[in-house]
Amino acid sequence: MTGRFLRLTGTSGLILLACLLAAAVYIPVANQYIDPASPFHVNTASVVVFGKYLCFAILALSIDLVWGYCGILSLGHGAFFALGGYAMGMHLMREIGSRGVYGNPILPDFMVFLNWEKLPWFWHGFDQFWFAMGMVVLVPGALAFIFGFLAFRSRVTGVYLSIITQAMTFALMLAFFRNEMGFGGNNGLTDFKDVLGFDLQANSTRIGLYLLSIGALAGAFLICRAIVLSRLGKVLIAVRDAESRTRFIGYRVEHYKLFVFTVSAMMAGVAGALYVPQVGIINPGEFAPANSIEAVVWVAVGGRGTLVGAVIGGIGVNLGKSYLTGALPEVWLFALGGLFVVVTLFMPKGILGLLDRWRRKQIPADKAEQAGAEAEERA
Amino acid sequence: MNTLHKELTRTVLYLDGISVSFDGFKALNDLSFVVEPGEMRAIIGPNGAGKTTMMDVITGKTRPDVGTALFAGQHDLTKLDEASIAELGIGRKFQRPTVFESHTVRDNIVLSLAGKRRVFDTLFARSTEDEADKIDQVLDTIRLADRAGMMAADLSHGQKQWLEIGMLLAQDPSLLLVDEPVAGMTDAETVQTATLLKEIAKDHSVVVVEHDMSFVQDLGVMVTVLHEGSVLAEGSLDRVSADERVIDVYLGR
Repeated sequence: MTGRFLRLTGTSGLILLACLLAAAVYIPVANQYIDPASPFHVNTASVVVFGKYLCFAILALSIDLVWGYCGILSLGHGAFFALGGYAMGMHLMREIGSRGVYGNPILPDFMVFLNWEKLPWFWHGFDQFWFAMGMVVLVPGALAFIFGFLAFRSRVTGVYLSIITQAMTFALMLAFFRNEMGFGGNNGLTDFKDVLGFDLQANSTRIGLYLLSIGALAGAFLICRAIVLSRLGKVLIAVRDAESRTRFIGYRVEHYKLFVFTVSAMMAGVAGALYVPQVGIINPGEFAPANSIEAVVWVAVGGRGTLVGAVIGGIGVNLGKSYLTGALPEVWLFALGGLFVVVTLFMPKGILGLLDRWRRKQIPADKAEQAGAEAEERA
Repeated sequence: MNTLHKELTRTVLYLDGISVSFDGFKALNDLSFVVEPGEMRAIIGPNGAGKTTMMDVITGKTRPDVGTALFAGQHDLTKLDEASIAELGIGRKFQRPTVFESHTVRDNIVLSLAGKRRVFDTLFARSTEDEADKIDQVLDTIRLADRAGMMAADLSHGQKQWLEIGMLLAQDPSLLLVDEPVAGMTDAETVQTATLLKEIAKDHSVVVVEHDMSFVQDLGVMVTVLHEGSVLAEGSLDRVSADERVIDVYLGR
């Protein structure tokens, strides 16, 4: 049983899960029980920020699954993230009920402001939590399925695929900016009050959401590992390495791509849904093409095709971003661009690749030492 | 009609009047030829004679403008896609060795094994003992048993070629198409490859495209000479190499 679990996680994965567990215990305890004056205290704002990073890490995982293992460089995964976020946001809007500025029990504030008479058809059902949660995975999944079906069937690959994924997220951004779309236009959805009766401003809710994000990240990681280790995962890598060979062996490559692309989009949707209640807003800016590109950079930095690297990159790059945008706001974009250049040129396998190379150098040295020690013992 | 049908079903591959043109260039021009069950056939011809395009037509990568292409006398290859044709039992080896570099030698064979190919079959697939036996058998045939755990990327050029042939074997096709298997091989490897192919030809039909004349000599099989997209001559190597037209377009140069 433990052996099977270890096989599923891998050594680095086990370390990752242990770190997540430690973070799940330490941060809430430090927030609640350690004296605010102490340097070990974690304030609530930081808990929210960490929760946000965890969502980014899930997004990074979903990108690594398609890019690192199947060679599909999606530059539009931010769209799936945002759609999941909007599905969650719509539920939170309906939860506000008559507590909005205009006090309309059915219509969200922005609809009253636009003089809408009744709720658009696609807003129905979102007052139900379970329905909204279904949409969180189904909407991104359906978009990915339709998009992937058309793109993969026509054998669009490589740069061309990347470009049309960019176009997809850009088109969605423009659409969501329009008030007529019914998603709050430019301002998006905000002023959320509570979820399932828990006040979103309350400390306990924030810690709860943080813990939920850790759980989701661990779950997403294990799902990705299970997929990657299965025979299907081997086919994905085969497609990445030699697509036409895979086809001539008799695999329908487009079906495999479609499967992994859809699963990945659903995962990104979950990440977006966890993100929105923590940051308290979702607007069309989340569809910005640059967001999707940034997420790909996280994966590249951490180490493509490693899963653990995606998590490290997702959290690490955003830590750096928070620091730099605070300390030297003008520098961030240059730092991000520079980071991508450096990673591409000098560490094609990212941070994890560097660690791996370093470890391989260490092992022969250790072995030599061991052999020396044994020789001494014999003498 | 009845007798024709009977004739056809006896053939493994039946090409009749196939023409393919790309932007006005006729890659194949009224090409016809037949492969019998259990036969090994060598195809030679100068560059641009249409050898690769012919393979593309047989494996469903390219659709012919006109012509008939039948497999086992009943499957219309011009209507099927690559995956269905592979499932029917046609395996193809590329000119450049194409293996899955970041998989081990063993996993390369695992993925090629005849079996279910659908997404959810592979998601829940478990390795069985039958599979393991079959894999060992293939690895023995291609002489890579002691390298089963190695990454395919770390194999030598010749070993990659053999691995790819092994992947075809694992597919257990009734017809193997092999495109220039000895390109870039050492002399010793070339001889070994000829032996390997002869072994395979015992229970498979094989079509080999090759430039290397001494290799074709080693195979000792019937030769088809292609020129400008159609068959120029057919027969034993000695007979076709005595043919004036063949000497003109190919051997003489």
